[in-house]
Amino acid sequence: MPDYKWPDATRRALMGKRHSRIDGPDKVSGKAKYTQDRKLPDMLYGRIVRCPYAHAKVVSVDTSAAEKMPGVRAVTVIQGPGKEIHWAGDEIVAIAATDENIARDAARSVKVVYEQLPHFVREEDLSEAGSQIKDPEEKTEGDPDKGFKEADVVSEGVYGLPVITHCTFESHGSLNAWEGDDKLLAYISTQAVSDVGSGYAQPLKIPAANVHILQDHIGGGFGSKFSTDRWDVEAAVLAKKAGKPVRMVLDRDEELKVAGARPSTFARVKVAAKKDGTILAWDSTSWGTGGLTGAGAPPLPYCWRIPYRLKHYAVATNIGPSRAWRAPNHPQACCITMGALEDLAATLKMDPLDLFLKNIEMTAPRANLYKEELLKAAEMIEWKKKWHPRGDTTPGHIKKGLGLSIHTWGGRGHVSENRVTIHADGSVSCELASQDLGTGTRTVIAIVAAETLGLPISAITVKIGDNRYPRSGASGGSTTVGGVSASTRRATVDARDLLFQKVAPALNADAAKLEAVGGRIQVQGDPTKSMTWKQACARLGATPIVATGKCIGGRDELTNQGVGGAQMVEVAVDTETGIVKIEKFVAVQDVGYLISLKTAESQMYGAIIMGISYSLFEEKIMDPTTGRMVNPNMEFYKLAGIGDIGRIQVHMVMNKEQDERGVIGLGEPPVVSPGAAIGNAIANAIGIRVPNLPFTPDRVLAALEKRGGLS
Amino acid sequence: MARSRDPDKRPRKGLSRRAFLSRGAGLAIAAPIVTGTGLPAPQGAAADVKILGPGKVPVTLRVNGKTHSLNVEPRVTLLEALRTHLDYTGAKKVCDRATCGACTVIMGGKEVYACSILAVEAQGKDILTVEGLSASGKLHPIQEAFIEHDATQCGFCTPGFVVACKALLDRNPNPTVADIEKGLGGNLCRCGTYVGIRQAVLSAAKTMKGGRTDA
Repeated sequence: MPDYKWPDATRRALMGKRHSRIDGPDKVSGKAKYTQDRKLPDMLYGRIVRCPYAHAKVVSVDTSAAEKMPGVRAVTVIQGPGKEIHWAGDEIVAIAATDENIARDAARSVKVVYEQLPHFVREEDLSEAGSQIKDPEEKTEGDPDKGFKEADVVSEGVYGLPVITHCTFESHGSLNAWEGDDKLLAYISTQAVSDVGSGYAQPLKIPAANVHILQDHIGGGFGSKFSTDRWDVEAAVLAKKAGKPVRMVLDRDEELKVAGARPSTFARVKVAAKKDGTILAWDSTSWGTGGLTGAGAPPLPYCWRIPYRLKHYAVATNIGPSRAWRAPNHPQACCITMGALEDLAATLKMDPLDLFLKNIEMTAPRANLYKEELLKAAEMIEWKKKWHPRGDTTPGHIKKGLGLSIHTWGGRGHVSENRVTIHADGSVSCELASQDLGTGTRTVIAIVAAETLGLPISAITVKIGDNRYPRSGASGGSTTVGGVSASTRRATVDARDLLFQKVAPALNADAAKLEAVGGRIQVQGDPTKSMTWKQACARLGATPIVATGKCIGGRDELTNQGVGGAQMVEVAVDTETGIVKIEKFVAVQDVGYLISLKTAESQMYGAIIMGISYSLFEEKIMDPTTGRMVNPNMEFYKLAGIGDIGRIQVHMVMNKEQDERGVIGLGEPPVVSPGAAIGNAIANAIGIRVPNLPFTPDRVLAALEKRGGLS
Repeated sequence: MARSRDPDKRPRKGLSRRAFLSRGAGLAIAAPIVTGTGLPAPQGAAADVKILGPGKVPVTLRVNGKTHSLNVEPRVTLLEALRTHLDYTGAKKVCDRATCGACTVIMGGKEVYACSILAVEAQGKDILTVEGLSASGKLHPIQEAFIEHDATQCGFCTPGFVVACKALLDRNPNPTVADIEKGLGGNLCRCGTYVGIRQAVLSAAKTMKGGRTDA
């Protein structure tokens, strides 16, 4: 039986250490090719004509001027007369032309007549939502009534997170070329190389096996790029009509309006507790929207097992569809829960860290882990030295405060298959239809393969981004690292063992007694009986070793799920301007068996920065009068810049216990807590809760005003 | 808090679209001459303004030391010319309106947003793109530092950042963290690589010429 187990700390040369990502040189030199960089001979440029109204019926569509325009090669009507449109920016007409600017001119010449219908785009105030509110979901666990009856204190609060967008830097898009009548080649910016092809196959009525998907690099996904979109399929339709490849890439305003949004959640919460801080019960009414479908109920109370009663209303709006956004529903649930608990601590005049620790058993089954992580984070930020009761009473208009939060995520590896080939010249390749979102997938595969084969990382060629390689799951839910590392481990162990069998006779040894270390094949612990990797592979002759290895997902023992994580932040709030500044942000994260420390730390930094960004700046602002997004650009849909992030310190929990869990994904967990921790720190600084994200100056000043103005 | 939105504090990126239009910049893109308002007359809106377009016009660009001749409409931006009409795809189109810096190139020794410069306006100036930094096949110390400090994730903003760092270090070979945050405030990243970028610039400065030791 081959030994696939992850080697422990004493038996690994590469895993768990810091290595540079293997596609770094391509990325820093501009060589890395993204979908938008792809060109094919005679390629046409696609454009979409979009509906300017949030709710309307198409009355007529006149494309005649566009069709006559020199350079226009194909026009299709996507939604014609009679169609009801439910958000501004929905697709009406698609055009392909020889030049990008001609395609724009042609799109402008299309005349569409609409009958406008009433719309609804702002859900923050539930009392205004009327018939847009769907039937509530209600859920009770334990006996919350008993808790409220026995309570010494009931703390109440309102919390909310608006709709934000993904704003991937590479906008959505694809380059589509037909090879014959029923074979499509598509370069597409996707998080699902293996599976995205079926999104073309069905509407185009061709076999899924006839869709060839290619993608070397993707400029960000964050949950918004799992499927084909209508513009991709229409681009393929245009390509067929014109007999030429068509590249369809969204402009920034289209990207922000229609290609990605995180559902909002607002909540009114009551928490009951005893005087000593024992938490007794939770009651919340929440609501939110993700467009027409509303928004699903967030998992409240988050991380804490408190007897609860929940009511959640989905509100249907004409803001456009939502998509999975890095850790769906978790940042919302986290912000509401940790905010309510911090408010409870303030009501009890308790340090929230003490409140968390006092009730830590309610975070079972990870209570010990959370405790350890909270204490470590507290040490990193000097919590006990710096924390003060709610409201910084030091003189001056700069108020400082501390906030904390904990989070959780699954992260078990997805189904993955890797085909490893060892060639007679000693070269090694891994092939799998995965994708590297910038998380370091290529690098992880190379590290696992190199470790198993006793080679340097540079000896491994990683081939991903082609759906003709063995299937590997979509990159969502932090499932990729577990999936690809397990499949790579099994494939390389099998390939290595086959090589051992091949060379054992020459070493006059039992194949089971061989090991691959330091670029050599040798008898375990006896370097005198050895040969170099090259010498060993030379014995393969014309037949390379090919081995496939799988991760089966679900019960796979090389991967696991269920991380914790604690984050703390110190903010400085200017009570004259309302500006919030991040001073220091610390994060402690468990992640099971850690393969690539450097890229893991980058995931942490990146998630925290993204968290700072959505906490302080980001909101998809809808205009109730026109029903349109008023900030579909990067001047007014603001992202955190390099000067906005303060000092960030991350600590990965690495020990024997974590090693024994197996590999767990990391992309999502650290993005969950920042909103909660920052909101709590602001409340601690200025003495009052700012209910809704993002914590922009106007919201901070409004909260201060409510408290009675400047102190 | 926020990286400065004050135009005076933001890094200079050559002409913005607005500044370009208001100056006329030697081309007749219908910059109206306002008279009798008491406002200063726009600079450069003189009689020697040449009308270009709307059809294609010959344009010559000098990119990374090579001269390229192309035929494009005057409305084509430098970024489109580089990416679409030539094969320099390192500079990326993200915001397309001089906010995010993903299209940063160095033109005439100054970093500019290529999305907001017209190709016709870029003639006669040396243009350096990210590809030009490692033209010899050897990575520039800034690029090495970006790899070492993992200052890249998806990589889409990376070429713009690398070029902006080059311009920053050309101007200030010995920057503090505050200088870096100010100097790179005109570039954005969605994956959140700023921690690595700060370290990369400090370390590249050191490699390139001694650098600061106090940061």
